[in-house]
Amino acid sequence: MGTVNPQMPVEPGSARPLIGPGHTFGSVTDKISAIVLTKGTPRGWYFGFGIAFLLVMLLHYAMAYLFLVGVGIWGINIPVGWGFAIVNFVWWIGIGHAGTLISAILLLLRQKWRTSINRFAEAMTIFAVSCAGIFPLIHVGRPWLAYWLLPYPNPMGTWPQFRSPLVWDVFAVSTYATVSLLFWFVGLIPDLATLRDRAKQRAGKIIYGVLAMGWRGSAVHWSRYEMASLLLAGLATPLVVSVHTVVSFDFAVGVIPGWHTTIFPPYFVAGAIYSGFAMVMTLAIPIRAFYRLEDFVTMRHLENMAKVMLATGLIVAYGYMMEAFMAFYSGSQYDKFMIMNRLTGPYAVPYASLLLCNIVIPQSLWFKRVRNSVPALFVLSLVINVGMWLERFIIVVTSLHRDFLPSSWGMYYPTRWDWATFTGTIGLFVALLYLFVRFLPMISIFEMRQLVAETGEGRKKA
Amino acid sequence: MTPVAQSMRRHPIYGLMAEFKSPEDLLAGAERAHKAGYRRMDAFTPLPIEGLAEAIGFQRTRLPIIVLMGGILGGLSGFGMQYYASVIGFPLNIGGKPYNSWVAFIPITFEMTILFAALSTVLGLLALNGLPTPYHPVFNVPEFELATRDRFFLCITAKDPKFDLEETKKFLAGLNARKVSEIET
Repeated sequence: MGTVNPQMPVEPGSARPLIGPGHTFGSVTDKISAIVLTKGTPRGWYFGFGIAFLLVMLLHYAMAYLFLVGVGIWGINIPVGWGFAIVNFVWWIGIGHAGTLISAILLLLRQKWRTSINRFAEAMTIFAVSCAGIFPLIHVGRPWLAYWLLPYPNPMGTWPQFRSPLVWDVFAVSTYATVSLLFWFVGLIPDLATLRDRAKQRAGKIIYGVLAMGWRGSAVHWSRYEMASLLLAGLATPLVVSVHTVVSFDFAVGVIPGWHTTIFPPYFVAGAIYSGFAMVMTLAIPIRAFYRLEDFVTMRHLENMAKVMLATGLIVAYGYMMEAFMAFYSGSQYDKFMIMNRLTGPYAVPYASLLLCNIVIPQSLWFKRVRNSVPALFVLSLVINVGMWLERFIIVVTSLHRDFLPSSWGMYYPTRWDWATFTGTIGLFVALLYLFVRFLPMISIFEMRQLVAETGEGRKKA
Repeated sequence: MTPVAQSMRRHPIYGLMAEFKSPEDLLAGAERAHKAGYRRMDAFTPLPIEGLAEAIGFQRTRLPIIVLMGGILGGLSGFGMQYYASVIGFPLNIGGKPYNSWVAFIPITFEMTILFAALSTVLGLLALNGLPTPYHPVFNVPEFELATRDRFFLCITAKDPKFDLEETKKFLAGLNARKVSEIET
């Protein structure tokens, strides 16, 4: 500790800074707001956004054809009625969970390192939930009647079946989307006011001014604001756990071998955080390099995220192990068959790849050298994203394609429309992120000022 | 003359704004102003400053109770909706299970509790803070746009019973303030 530059904000017990040296209230404000206001649009932005936008068009095309022809264009069949739509839904919603974890749980735990990554992790949550939300709506067969999922007095005299996890899911996911959006917007208000006051052009002043709603940083307002942040964090924390729990109920409440297990809720939640942190890493590494934000998103942040991935990855590994153990311990021939079928059946290659991507390769995170190598972390985060997608594929497909009666066994092969919809949502996610980094502060400016204030450095030069 | 115009005549200015370089100066200034008997004042900062709201005489926010009420209302309406639909509106006998199978109603009750509590938090925050505020006189101070960057402000409004343009100006200038300016209404 003795050799650390006293200008760097350092938490006790740690020798690594959370922010580069020499920053003041003014410098963090200017650096982050300049990306939105004065730096203009880099050429690389147009290029990346262009590609993402093409994929959004692909999504539109795939959905338009789906509405025209029906779900028969997908690879689904009986017995595998839940194909890519549910795989992708669970994958996307899981990715969102890291954003809420970073913004809510780490806030309650007073983890200061969350400050510079929480804003775009929350944005990622909202965009991932937007992508997730598309799938249940388009997979219902008659998407123009998707509003039947909602309870409302209707001339048919019917109500949704509230004993069904699929209806719980509607409430869990829509609540999650709403609360994530509220949390994100409340966090943005003071920064929108900063942009309003920094903006040079009239359009910027008006748009950010309207969005900031007249925020002026009054001490009384701040006092209520901090209380509101804490309350929202306290509400979002049980919410995020409940959302993936309810998603896992979609499976666990059914009687299909491989789904009907009590370990599903905790292992789904851990898997969600695992994949979400991998996605935050996948996004943070290129963004910090492109916008030169190494001062704000430091190696310490990347290493901490790597540690969270290692820990949640081990919980996921434990889940896989218990799943296999319980299949044999239960003595149920169907459960035993399910595991043997995963290991040696027609989907053995995806299952083996899943174990490789989610369990074997991430063990390299035990080594400090790997945790401190940016390229290694980037590759690992991609590997984990693929692995977690494969996990959902295995859960959905292998359990359905071989259930109780051999006469109703089948196979599932995704069609190009399945792939087009999936890559289309990736395009939507990326396109929304491009718009976000261009038009909103991707790092919370006022929380960075707080971080600066803790050093005493900001006050001297301010 | 309308009452609004009358009050404008009484207070040709909204108040006085003192500008500080650091949060410590502002905090000390706010405490002294409160001690000197000023009550109708506010401080403006680019980041939350611990103890500042208390220093200018703000006691405690009612937000938590609003959120609690919202949460309770959400939970009750969530359960009530499911009870009505499953027992009264559209009772379906499924394997002889009770119509009021309350265990299965818990997830939605929980989600509705969170949803209503979160909405009450945000709406309560906006309502108590009086946002959106389309116009506010403090923005007439040219330097005030630095209140969202690195400058700290203390404002004593003309409505304060102890307010006297010259006296208060002198008082604020003695608070280690960088500049004191009048705020047009």
